Amino acid sequence: MEIPESVKKRLTLPAEEYFYAGHTACQGCGASLGLRYVLKAYGRKTIVTIPACCSTIIAGAWPYSTLDVPLFHTAFATTGAVISGIEAALKAMGYKVKGEDGVMVVGWAGDGGTADIGLQALSGFLERGHDAVYIMYDNEAYMNTGIQRSGSTPYGAWTTNTPGGKRHFLEKRHKKKVIDIVIAHEIPYAATASVAYPEDFIRKLKKARNIPGPSFIQLFAPCPTGWRSPTDKSIEIARLAVQTAYFPLFEYENGKYKINMPNPKKEPKPIEEFLKLQGRFKYMTKEDVQILQEWVNRQWEKLKKLAEVFG
Amino acid sequence: MPIRTVMKANEAAAWAARLARPKVIAAFPITPSTLIPEKISEFVANGELDAEFIKVESEHSAISACVGASAAGVRTFTATASQGLALMHEVLFIAAGMRLPIVVAVGNRALSAPINIWNDWQDSISQRDTGWLQFYAENNQEALDLILIAFKVAEDERVLLPAMVGFDAFILTHTVEPVEIPDQEVVDEFLGEYEPKHAYLDPARPITQGTLAFPAHYMEARYTLWEANENAKKVIDEVFAEFEKRFGRKYQKIEEYRTDDAEIIFVTMGSLAGTVKEYVDHLREKGIKAGAAKLTVYRPFPVEEVRELAKKAKVLALLEKNVTFSVGGALFQDFSRALINEKERPIIVDFILGLGGRDVTFKDLDEALAIAQKALAGEEFDEVNWIGLRKEIL
Repeated sequence: MEIPESVKKRLTLPAEEYFYAGHTACQGCGASLGLRYVLKAYGRKTIVTIPACCSTIIAGAWPYSTLDVPLFHTAFATTGAVISGIEAALKAMGYKVKGEDGVMVVGWAGDGGTADIGLQALSGFLERGHDAVYIMYDNEAYMNTGIQRSGSTPYGAWTTNTPGGKRHFLEKRHKKKVIDIVIAHEIPYAATASVAYPEDFIRKLKKARNIPGPSFIQLFAPCPTGWRSPTDKSIEIARLAVQTAYFPLFEYENGKYKINMPNPKKEPKPIEEFLKLQGRFKYMTKEDVQILQEWVNRQWEKLKKLAEVFG
Repeated sequence: MPIRTVMKANEAAAWAARLARPKVIAAFPITPSTLIPEKISEFVANGELDAEFIKVESEHSAISACVGASAAGVRTFTATASQGLALMHEVLFIAAGMRLPIVVAVGNRALSAPINIWNDWQDSISQRDTGWLQFYAENNQEALDLILIAFKVAEDERVLLPAMVGFDAFILTHTVEPVEIPDQEVVDEFLGEYEPKHAYLDPARPITQGTLAFPAHYMEARYTLWEANENAKKVIDEVFAEFEKRFGRKYQKIEEYRTDDAEIIFVTMGSLAGTVKEYVDHLREKGIKAGAAKLTVYRPFPVEEVRELAKKAKVLALLEKNVTFSVGGALFQDFSRALINEKERPIIVDFILGLGGRDVTFKDLDEALAIAQKALAGEEFDEVNWIGLRKEIL
């Protein structure tokens, strides 16, 4: 459908669509929104690589495809390596890769495929300096296999293998800070983003496009199915994740940290605000909430300090 | 003019890669194949090979990067062995399923445990169901030639399958032998400029590769791999013929040696074929009617050629550096498949030997011969025999 220029002018997001209706995501899926924004930001000259994850299904089974760009499905652990190979091949063939008119090589992997099984390939990709963008859509568990905990699952969460039960067997480890592991590679550009703030996400995607070398974005993407949350609350939950500083928005650019919270002057809301809309946290005791709150405070203070010292 | 020189099989493989002009090479070091990417790095560093060399962090990533690069539309190459090839395993299926004509050089080495860096064929034999073509070299010249041949066959539109070329760890990888390096121009004519023929990632032509296939479609995708393997049989013969015309060296799926009036034919692969041919000469001097046969092509399995070979022998003695537990060697299974429904067929006796770099000597072959002769005489014999076992340490 053609969108009139007068309407386009008033939009805060690119009007172009390369992620079509008819996909097979669950209602309220954050990941599908995220992938749609990626393609809005990068357009037709994009090659997307997806490992085994929710997005494998979302993109559609043969002979259908929701994406109107070249799409490569690969094995769970291989996203970082495959995008390295694609980038190398494009360069060897003389294509411009990255930059305003260059081909965008995008890895789109979940938290399991990034924080856990794909971490080694991600590290190799980052360290070798390929011109590609790796986006980790973080729904905080292995959702496609049926909600098992990943390294990115937060403290106190219910999943099918942290089921609570009589022994209060919930997730007892804090969320792995993948973004910190990425930054330890000292790549030119890394950022967090959220589907609740698409303008911020698209700005970051565009920035990543124009900075040579590897870029990484960790995108917070609610999963109502796995989070036991109402399907119409995904954006609200994602917004609260930012507002509570549970998932703060920031950028790391050439060694400098910059926090981009929507309302910088406001103190973070208590973590309960984020927790209460999600069934996955309903087994947490007061002590559990306190433990998680302290973790959030610690991470937030650390980030503020980093932005202060390396801002 | 071709250059006559001496080099190790690893260097011959690196030269083959250089002559094939791959655009992307992704490799990870592993004994005994490390010298291949080392040598290729030198070629790239000296501007003798115009390619992107990706120094990956594992073999899993090596083959994954090759998969990405091949899907993006370039010729790709890597080298590995043993644990490295085992680590590649799941991605080997993907490369074949996506019909990506990647070529991998394998310095055939044993698998852990116990850890062992020496030769047998367990690494590549264990990949036989991945859909990849498999060639085995007897010497360093064959290692070079078969890599060029592998590219040509793999990239043929009727095939479009990845291929691995195996050559024995240390016995070949680290042993200097005379090798003729062909002219670049002749190789260029033989292989042609690489053109992605099937599916590749082009933003101007968006397609999805490796998509989810439901039970309604999956089997057909697998069947096309079966067909491609069948097609490869004819294509390999054509490529062997063209190779001989251009380079003067003859290859056959099964190479026979003094088989014409043989009663017992020893069948093997790789460098062991050289030993076995000499052993056959030795037996012939003693008046024993023995012959030898070498499989240069293991996948696709040359069923028809095996049937022809079988007509010439009363006993086929399979000499194998691999084990399929509780069955025997993999060749035993394969030969049984080729011959089981033949009206007349020879007796097949299977010998497992030379594992983990154990030297195979005439004494070992005498042990095998004695069992094969028992079979020939109609006496009782064991179908599967471990040769050269040191019973004193068992």
